[in-house]
Order: sequence, then structure tokens, then C-alpha cells
Amino acid sequence: MTSPNTYDAIIIGGGHNGLVAGAYLARAGKKVVVLERRPIVGGAAVTEEIFPGYKFTEFSYVVSLLRPEIIRDLELPKHGLKILPLPSTFTPMENGDYLAAWDDHDLTRRELYRHSPKDAEAYDEYARVMARAAKAIKPIINLIPPDPSSMSIRDLMGLLKVGQYAASLSEKELYMVAKLATQSSADLLEEWFETDALKGTKAASGIIGTYLGPRSPGTAYVLLHHYMGEIDGAFRAWGFAKNGSGGVSGSIFNATKALGVEVRVNASVQQVKVKGGRAVGVILENGDELDSKVVMSAADPKRTFLQFVEQKHLPDDFVTSIQNFRTRGSSGKVNIALSKLPNFTALPYTGNGANSVLHRGAVSISPSIDYIERAYDDAKYGQISKRPYIDMIFPSMIDPDMAPPGHHVMSCFVQYAPYDLEGGWTDQRRDELGEAVIATIEQYAPNIRECIVGMQVISPKDIERIAGITGGNIFHGELLLHQIFFLRPTPQWADFRTPLKGYYFGASGAHPGGGVMGAPGMLAAKEILKDGF
Amino acid sequence: MLNLNLKTTPFHERTSALCQPQNWRKWAGYFVVGSYEHVLDREYWAIRNSAALIDVSPLIKYVIKGKDAAALLHRVTTRDVHKMKVGQVAYTGWCDEEGKMIDDGTISRLEEQTFRLTAAEPNLRWLMMNAVGMDVSITEVTDDVAALSFQGPNTRKVLNKVTEKPVDELKYFRLMTNKINGVEVTISRTGYTGDLGYEIWMNAKDALKVWDALMEAGSDYGITPVGILAMDMARVEAGLFMLDVDYTSASHAWIESQKSSPFELGLDWTVALDKPGYFVGRRALEKEKREGSAWKMVGLAVDWVGMEKLFGKVGLPPQIPGSAIRASLPVMVGNVQVGYASTSTWSPLLKTYIALAHLQKPYYEIGTDVRMEITVEHHRQHAPAKVVRLPFYEPEWKKK
Repeated sequence: MTSPNTYDAIIIGGGHNGLVAGAYLARAGKKVVVLERRPIVGGAAVTEEIFPGYKFTEFSYVVSLLRPEIIRDLELPKHGLKILPLPSTFTPMENGDYLAAWDDHDLTRRELYRHSPKDAEAYDEYARVMARAAKAIKPIINLIPPDPSSMSIRDLMGLLKVGQYAASLSEKELYMVAKLATQSSADLLEEWFETDALKGTKAASGIIGTYLGPRSPGTAYVLLHHYMGEIDGAFRAWGFAKNGSGGVSGSIFNATKALGVEVRVNASVQQVKVKGGRAVGVILENGDELDSKVVMSAADPKRTFLQFVEQKHLPDDFVTSIQNFRTRGSSGKVNIALSKLPNFTALPYTGNGANSVLHRGAVSISPSIDYIERAYDDAKYGQISKRPYIDMIFPSMIDPDMAPPGHHVMSCFVQYAPYDLEGGWTDQRRDELGEAVIATIEQYAPNIRECIVGMQVISPKDIERIAGITGGNIFHGELLLHQIFFLRPTPQWADFRTPLKGYYFGASGAHPGGGVMGAPGMLAAKEILKDGF
Repeated sequence: MLNLNLKTTPFHERTSALCQPQNWRKWAGYFVVGSYEHVLDREYWAIRNSAALIDVSPLIKYVIKGKDAAALLHRVTTRDVHKMKVGQVAYTGWCDEEGKMIDDGTISRLEEQTFRLTAAEPNLRWLMMNAVGMDVSITEVTDDVAALSFQGPNTRKVLNKVTEKPVDELKYFRLMTNKINGVEVTISRTGYTGDLGYEIWMNAKDALKVWDALMEAGSDYGITPVGILAMDMARVEAGLFMLDVDYTSASHAWIESQKSSPFELGLDWTVALDKPGYFVGRRALEKEKREGSAWKMVGLAVDWVGMEKLFGKVGLPPQIPGSAIRASLPVMVGNVQVGYASTSTWSPLLKTYIALAHLQKPYYEIGTDVRMEITVEHHRQHAPAKVVRLPFYEPEWKKK
């Protein structure tokens, strides 16, 4: 009989990627344990009642790219996954008007026409071009990144595949992709549109989770990244998960349970055990030792390679390259419990607001590109944005079970809140971030303060402290051109393997990156199985 | 003046004010809302996540009353009606003498000698023919009784806020009399979505009072008026079929092969062959039970990867209509057609393209690999699919 602490595979980290990897390995008949340092699983995809009765989708708050094959393979709907529609985006403007994008194409067009007939037309064309470009690069997401310098058959085949995709693009599309890869989102959007609120709102999606402004080169690519979820039209994996992001993790957790995965909480890993140049288990902080044939880390790259493994087991240049991996967080989160809905002066609601269409979707504080660039200017020099970009949703308007009847919760993603705040993060500075958010919202919804029942402000330091992500970057590392595909997390090691035999890496810091996508966990598990053990 | 408009339901004043896309559908001679919003998503998800309010007044309704009321229904339908208790509801089909389905609906035992029967089509003549010599009155009350289907996991909470008596104890397929906003109603724990849900029956003249009370009480629970297009998606997930879409009434069929027996539609559980006495179709059904059915209605789950490949060949991502499709789609094994799908839909919940299909023996066995026709850029193709058990989706709270 094998000892109870002996496994085929140990997964470090019970975030969604760790759970996904565990599930795929268990599906292949492996004995798997997932170790989570917190008392709850989910990592940065958790829902917690910080104030009783009000459920906060604490960190991540929308599902955009959760891989459909994971939903089907793990039968997540049977385990409770429901992705609810988040139908619109509402941008209040500084002049008291607003710009909205509704779920119906004709309504959106009519709305845009009100601001600029020219933009209303350009919008369709822009959407088509972006969708085509996204479609062109989408197949790459599910590829194991080939190493262009390697001569191995697998890498060459992989390169061939990428080449085939590139070759299948028309000349025009190829230029478009090349341009998108190098441009700033501001430059791109200014080629197309004249309405400030439209450009601001579009540009915002190009800076989420990066330490860049809309005028920084490379941000146009991130815009493209966002179009990928939209190609699957009918599929609509984009939305708000029932019970928030904890609902996504919860369904994956239920699936792992059904597959016989052991999940241990309050199980903080101190070190990966190495024997004969191979990872053979882990030592927990409480001193317990677990043995296994393989170990996979679903933590961020820095923890995975600089904390869990003694550096003598890894090549120097690899260590340096991980040290240089950019993981600086630039965003925070303000979660608010509300006794009623804040009323936006640009489109006020009547009654209790239950019929307010704008509150069912996102509200974006992004009146112009300049507004966001100015917010970035503050952050560049280590300051909290005085007037930050805010992406708000009202989860209780989408899933009424998120708050007590008649009450609401509000989730505000805030950028910029630099990890390296000048003078460092203190309780006072955190309050300052909260105040910047409320003061900003107040400009558009003057009754916000009287609606607040409770508020949780999360700085990048808090993301690091609570969710355990070094630097507090929501993607475990910025989605910059030099940090994606075969360069993620570092050249030569983008195929989920690491220089330490038996040690694998499958989290947001690996290809294809962050967002509640689950792809790194799934792809890593598949590679582990390919290696056989 | 001659009015050639369709009839409107007792809720029309409210539903018409809310119907943004002017998407109306014809249902048994009435106008009902197809969808209230331009995009179906929110309506569909109200059924699955909160509380959907659906006007189902066009359902044809009969009140069957008298000493022989139970005997008549016992004779006409396949259920053991004598066993039904007051307050019980039974779903049933009814057949012709050859054991082929004429229609289906629910029987509610309102009182010892009073029943309500719902139907998709007029059945008065058929009921009268079977009632010869019986002490029973049959009255159609379609126009007099308004009906709301209230479906979704939050419906119980909302009802408890507006009903005089709580509905907590109301079991699956049972009914109770109650009051909402001073209006006498019957509430049955039934529906056409496979979720937790109720149907509320009331005097047509009181309809708006009930609607208003529910809408107000439900506003904190995500209540959403929902049209029949979203319900059509949910009912496929629930494995529920529809007359004239998934089967043809034996009384309208032109040819034998258009007819279906209850066994062929998967209604084995509703055919009480052990019940005493004669009922219409008994002999034929007994024979079919003995010999096995030539056809069976099953679920098909289309393989997404297979579909992606077919669309990928022409450079497209898979394209699926946003609502249920009521078109017959051939189902193949090898190069032989072994059946057809009668309704197919994208399931937003399961993230799967699903269909109700009628397959020949032995292909209706669970787990059989088949292929279903899909149209890829104007070309007919066959996507791989698997025969699965119905319903596709059954939440634990449906019957709890």
C-alpha cells in the first residue's frame, strides 16, 4: 500500500488553473492532490462575504475566455457553472451625457449615431477588422508555443502551424496584425474614431492589467486579445458567472471532487523537494512532506521558481530571466455593499432601479483617452491616479442572489494603483485609493456615498498578500509582447516544462496568459501526461 | 365591424407595453410575446437563474365535471386517473385506438369530481365522443382562465411574498388554491422548462392584478417577463416536446409514419398499462410494449470539436442560431438516414448544441454515435453527435 502522502501529481495552488490541471490529471487516472494555502480554493477567482449577506467577487469579476473545451470536458454546468449575460457598457461623459453600447447591434448603432454618424459607420468596420485579426491569431491560443530557436521536431511542427496560419491571412490582414502588434491603442483608435468617450472606453480594455497607458506602444495588441472571446458569437463565454468568480472556481472544484482529486486547504507549500535533479514532492510550511512523481505549480512565476525551488537547481540565466519577468501590479479593486443603486445623472432610474438597464451591464469611467493617459501619468511616478479609470459592474443586478433582497453589491476595477507606490502602501494610502474611486464615481452618480453600507479596498499589495500573486499583477505578469507566446514566462520554457525535471508550470504566468481562462492549467496537464509518468 | 385580428390574452395590456422588439408569435389563435428584448439571453437566463414570468394563457383548457369525470379521463388518457388525489396534477398524452398520440397536456384534479385538462389543440369533439352515456360536463374555459407560468430558482421566494398561504409545502406536480393580491388563484408546481416553477391559474378578469403583484414582489429577485422563444430553448434542455413540432397528432397525420406512440416519445412512465379497465389505445399499446418500439425520441448532443472542424474547413467559427430551430434535420449512421431531429437549440447553460431526435431501433440506445445535419456556408454537412439521456439538464431543485 502506498502511503497516504504519496501521489502521482502534486499541484501547488488551488486557483482555477491549479484545479483545472488537477481535474485533467485525475481524468487520466492519476492520483492528484491540490494544495491551497488559503482556507478557501479559487485563488484570485473567489467570492467572499466580507460583509454578511453581500457577496463580493473579490478580485477577478468577469469571465471572458474560459475555454469552452474545459466547460465541456469537466462538465462544469453540471457542477454549477452558469455564465450570465453582461449585456452592455455605459460610459458617463464629463458633459453630463453618456455613451452606451447595448447588446443589440441596431440600438448600439443608433446610440453611436447620436454622437457621430461617422463613428457609427466606422464602428462596424472596425469590429470586422478586429474580429478578423483576432480570428487569425486565435488558433495560437491552444498551441503549445514552439521555440523558434529549437530544431526539435515538435517545435518545428509547431512553427509550421503558426506559419500556416500566418500564410492563410490576406496581405491586408497580415499588415493589420503587424500593426496591431506594435501600435498603441490610442494611435489605432484615433485612426478610426472621433468620439472621445468611445475612444476612451475602447482604449481602456487595452491597458487592463498592464503598467502602460493608452499611448504606450503594444497596447493595441491587448485590445485584440479582448476580441478573441467575441468570435465565438453564439458561444458567449463572456459574462458574469453566477456567484461571481468564486462560482467558476466552485464549479471546477466540484468537478475535481467528482473526479477524486484530493484538495487540501490551509496547506502552504514551503519548498519543492528535489532528488537526483528531479522534483519528487513538496514540504509544507507545517513540516508535512508529500511525495509525488511530478509537481506542477499554479502559482505565479516568481513564487514558482524563486521561492519554491532552491536556486541551485535552476540555471542562472533562467533565474535572471524570471527575476526580470514584469509582474508589477497596476490595478486595484473596490468592492462595495450598497443599500440602493447609485443613480447616474446621465440616465437616472426611477423606483428602486430594478429596471435600470445600465446597471445590468458594465459602467466605464473612461470619458477620453487623455483621461486615462493622465491617470497613467500619476502612476508612472508612483502615485495613485487622482481620477482613475474604473470598470464597474453591479453583480446583484445580474445575479440577484449576490446581495440581500433589495440591496446590491458593486464591483469596481480600478487602474492605476501602482504596486510600487511612492512611500509604500499603508492603511491610509489604501483609504486614499478608495476615496479616489468614490470621488470619481460621485462626479457621475452624486448619491453614491449615501448608498454605501460597506466597502473593501484592495491594493496590488493586498492582491499579493491575499491571493499570493507576486507584485499583485492580475495576469501574474503583464501581457506585453515580450511576455507572451514563446516568451512566456521565459524563452525556451514556454511549453509548461521547466529546467527542473518533473516540475511543471501551469498558471496565468504561462502561455496563453491571464484572465479566468483555465488554458494554462489544461495545457500544462496535457503536457505532463504526454511526458508519461 | 369585422375584426380579423388575432385574440389577445388577458395580460396584453402589460405584455404589449414591455415587448421592445414587437416580436409576437401566434399561439392557438392568440398573440403572445415571442421575446421582450432584442436579444434572448436575459430572458433565457431568467428561467435558469432567477424568475421568469411567462404568459401561457393560450393553452387550451377544459373543465370536466360530474360523477363520471374521473372515468372519462381514465378512459381517454393513459394515466390511472382514479388513483389521482384531489390537488394532484398528472402529465399525460392521449391516443387513438391504434395507440398513437393525439395530444398531450396536464390533468389537474381540482375537486373530487372536477378536473382541468390542458391541451395544445382543441379536443372537445374527441372528449365528447368518449363521454357518450357518461354523467359529465365538458366546458372549454380557455378564454375565462388566464395562466402564467412562473419559472426559475427564485420563484418560490417571490410567490411567498405575495401569496396568502406559503407555497413551501407545495410538492412537484401538486396544486393548491391560494390568493394573490386579493385574487383567488390556483397554483400548480408545474411548468415547461425543467426548472423549479409554478403555473398560476386565475380568472381572466383578475389577470392584471396578479401580474402586477408578481412583478412588484419579484423586482428584488430578478423577475423578468419572458417570451415563448426563450421558453422554447429551456424546454429542449428539459427534454420536453411540442405538438406539431416534435410529433404530429394522429388526428392530423396524412400517413401512418407521421404518427407516434407515447412509447416512441419516451412517455413510457405515463402509460399505466396496469390500470383497471379499458382506455383508448390499450390493446395497441400493450402490443407495442411487448414487442418493443420501432422508434424512440432521444437527446442528441452535437460534438463541438467535430462542428468546429466542419466550419473550420471553410474558415469560419461554428455558427449557431440564437434560438431553437424547428426544422427537421436528418440523422445519419454511415450513409444511411436512421432518423431526424425535430427541434435543435444551442444550450447557453450547457454550452452544447443539443437536439430532440427521433431514431430508429437500435440507434436510439444511449451512447450511440450518429451524425446530424448542419448547414455550413450553404452546404449540408453532418456533424458528429451522441445519443444522450433526456433531460439534458435537470437541476436538483426542480423537484425539491
